[in-house]
Amino acid sequence: MTHLADVPPLVAWLVAVLTLAGAAFALIGSIGLLRLRTFYERIHPPTMGTTLGVGCVLLASMLLFSTLAMRPVVHEIVIAVFVVLTTPVTYMLLVRAAIHRDRVAREDAARAGETPRGDRASPRLP
Amino acid sequence: MSGSMLYAALLVAQAMTALAMALASWRLLRGPRAHDRVLALDTMYVNAMLLLLIFGMREASTFYFEAALVIGMLGFVSTAALAKFLLRGEVIE
Repeated sequence: MTHLADVPPLVAWLVAVLTLAGAAFALIGSIGLLRLRTFYERIHPPTMGTTLGVGCVLLASMLLFSTLAMRPVVHEIVIAVFVVLTTPVTYMLLVRAAIHRDRVAREDAARAGETPRGDRASPRLP
Repeated sequence: MSGSMLYAALLVAQAMTALAMALASWRLLRGPRAHDRVLALDTMYVNAMLLLLIFGMREASTFYFEAALVIGMLGFVSTAALAKFLLRGEVIE
């Protein structure tokens, strides 16, 4: 807590507001993940934490460490670039998997409707 | 004065991120199907990364930054692998 006393008040307020905003975005994203009904609705809220939440916290971290070290400290950009690049990839893969699994489940239900005991063991969906 | 305010703000932000992790783990336990659980796990990875970053700001050390970077990379790899498994596992079956 001693190092935080050296921070100028303007920077302290900026860092506090940015960090609280980032944490609030992450929290709202998790609340949405818990509250929404279908998977295709639930995939949207966590992206708020991964874009705005991570962006705000990384900006606050850059500001605080640059002020403490008295020189530009920008290694947080690595995390920002990495998260921005990888989040769409993972969510595209997840949604594709969900669409595929839903289609398989529908086809299995239709087949089970025709013949109750099929010759093929249908995978039990979790 | 502003130092203690900043310390309190970082503590509150940590508490909010921890609550976000708890909500995501609730979805992880409850999620009706497997891809819900994978999505909740990915959200938990991102929230853990934020928690470590804020902790590093509170302690003014860059070790936590490297740990946060490692958590982010592990989160990407594990989520991509799990999504790929969900996509391919039922094709074989």
